[in-house]
Amino acid sequence: MQFDFSYTIWIVLIPFLAFLFTGIFGGKLKPFISGLIGTAGLFISFSLSVITAYRYFFEIEKTSGAFQKIIAHNTVWLKFSENLHVDLGVLLDPISIMMLIVITLISLMVHIYSLGYMKGDAGFSRFFTFLSLFSFSMLGLVVATNIFQMYIFWELVGVSSYLLIGYYYEKPSAVSAAKKAFIVTRFADLGFLIGILLLSYTTGTFDFLTLTDTGGTAILQGSGVPFLGMSTMTWALLLIFMGGAGKSAMFPLHVWLPDAMEGPTPVSALIHAATMVVAGVYLVARLFPLFVFSAPNALEIVGYVGGISSLFAAIIACTQIDIKRILAYSTMSQIGYMMLALGVSGYGGENGLGFMASMFHLFTHAMFKALLFLGAGSIIHAVHSNNFSDMGNLRKFLPVTHITFLIACFAISGIPPFAGFFSKDEILVAAFEHNKILFFIEFAVAGLTAFYMFRLYFNVFWGKETHYHSTPHESPFTMTIPLIFLSIASIGVGFIPFNELVTSDAKPFEILTHWDIAVPSVAMAIVGISTAMLFYKKENSISTVVVSFLGKFYRVALNKFYFDELYLLITKKIVFRFISEPIAVFDKKVIDGAMNGIAAITNFSSEKIKGMQSGQLQHYAFAFVSGAVVIALILLYLIEK
Amino acid sequence: MIHIPITHLISISTLMFFIGIYGFITRKNLFTILMSTELVLNAGALNFVAFNKYFYPDNLQGHFFALFIISVAAAEAALAIAIIIAIYRNFKNIDAEKINEMKY
Repeated sequence: MQFDFSYTIWIVLIPFLAFLFTGIFGGKLKPFISGLIGTAGLFISFSLSVITAYRYFFEIEKTSGAFQKIIAHNTVWLKFSENLHVDLGVLLDPISIMMLIVITLISLMVHIYSLGYMKGDAGFSRFFTFLSLFSFSMLGLVVATNIFQMYIFWELVGVSSYLLIGYYYEKPSAVSAAKKAFIVTRFADLGFLIGILLLSYTTGTFDFLTLTDTGGTAILQGSGVPFLGMSTMTWALLLIFMGGAGKSAMFPLHVWLPDAMEGPTPVSALIHAATMVVAGVYLVARLFPLFVFSAPNALEIVGYVGGISSLFAAIIACTQIDIKRILAYSTMSQIGYMMLALGVSGYGGENGLGFMASMFHLFTHAMFKALLFLGAGSIIHAVHSNNFSDMGNLRKFLPVTHITFLIACFAISGIPPFAGFFSKDEILVAAFEHNKILFFIEFAVAGLTAFYMFRLYFNVFWGKETHYHSTPHESPFTMTIPLIFLSIASIGVGFIPFNELVTSDAKPFEILTHWDIAVPSVAMAIVGISTAMLFYKKENSISTVVVSFLGKFYRVALNKFYFDELYLLITKKIVFRFISEPIAVFDKKVIDGAMNGIAAITNFSSEKIKGMQSGQLQHYAFAFVSGAVVIALILLYLIEK
Repeated sequence: MIHIPITHLISISTLMFFIGIYGFITRKNLFTILMSTELVLNAGALNFVAFNKYFYPDNLQGHFFALFIISVAAAEAALAIAIIIAIYRNFKNIDAEKINEMKY
């Protein structure tokens, strides 16, 4: 059965219209009305996405056993020449439809949640305007038909992230966090842009369908001229991955993500946990056939970057006390998992297990991480603090938050039957089959993940008796409904048969349950949970003993391996001193100097000759006559000659 | 009819022209300056008539041009006097040296 998918453009456009409407009329509307408009728009988008997904996966016919790629809409937008044109369109394939579901679902949940969380805030309407802008940009990014459209929306999500991190613009820390996020990702996007140019120069196209066609010219024609030991294609894909690593907060471009927690908590849930930060993973997945066939060494680097990031972030997460920062590092660690899974994946069938696992983990992670952040928001809403040293025993006061948070913790730790177990297990299997080093890193991280999540859980909901100024109370129903919905999702989505829906070559394949890997990884998680329970369930001194035992290593991890300091050193001591300052001097002395010099000369000479304008009529007449006489004499002389 | 050579006429007009210029530059009274201008104009008119008569006796353009100059001079004199009166009302003065507000 064939369907007309051209309506899918509205999935993207409705949030944009909501953005325009609330942006222009937001000042005149009641704030709650703006919120409702944004929420309703997202609800329509979500419904359309669900319909599209249902039709795409279950009703249309497959061509030779694979889901076809459908261009639902295409507009030639910038036409430079016959071959060079930038289009805007909608591309439907398994991964883009999966992302549509993730984005619209999480965004809808966050919208509903924010109706309660942001209530009474002065910038309520502005907040929803930016949320709509973000949803529009992110949806435009995932349905991009060509890499240039993706880049355009990539920058748009960057700017909406900037606006939302800096939402509390009276707070200097929020402003500097917003700037940091923008500058770091922008720096990474420079690599992305160069990568796009290199890639399109080598292959002659921007179009994803042509680029990733496994029998197409882009892959078959080879990888271009070698440069510094690697082919042009490898360089191009590595530079593109640099953009992806910047957005996805991969090591060493991760420094912005923890600071981005200065934004309102729903924003962290939507942008910095579930959607925008996985854009890098999505980018690699989108160009996956190119990575596999043209630049396998680039793909290997992707895998190692993912592995290092996930270990690095998990270690830091064990030492922090700000609950949102712990979740931020946990996000970085889980995205590392996804990158790693892509890195160890091959193409097609069983080989593509890593690809499928990565997409699966992206999907499940979006659910439980959004749930964790929204739960954290609910806790912060009740306690008015981000640090769990101010919390304890909250389970009595926040029953709904407590249960949903616990479900999310189980899901992220990979305890069956919660969603995280299934996806994490696939990743571990894929890693085990391709790269043992990465497998052991991930195996260790699985234990660390369980430990730091339950350290957070026990410190917040159990632990010491804490005296609160005002008794914490459960959040309003607009906030608890998304929590309950997402916790059901965190249990249920693990059972979605991803191997039949989202695979590297769009063909379903059989997966086997690897008990030999699943059992040890669950055991590892249980060890992590029990350790956390031992340390933090009741107030005791075991954790301080362990801290003093670890000594220096603990301090290094507590200070996030001094990465912020390193960046400050590089920027302040090297970039600012040796590049920016000379440029500033050049600008002041040479550029401004030239302009000021011209102005000074003009001023000086006019000072000198202004006396000629004496106001004396007869002086002018004399000058005029003598001038005429001189000209007459010259003419006479010339004629004589 | 006594024949007057053209050089005489041109000498007269040149003399009138430069006397006019001299007066324009040196006299302080605005009326005298206006009169000097008239001299310059008339020198020009005289030249037109003289050249017309001696070189192109069959044509009349020079004569007509002289008539035009006279009428323009009359209009200009009326305008100039009006301006001078306006200046006098403002400055109580028609000394060209003292009317020097329009300077740097």
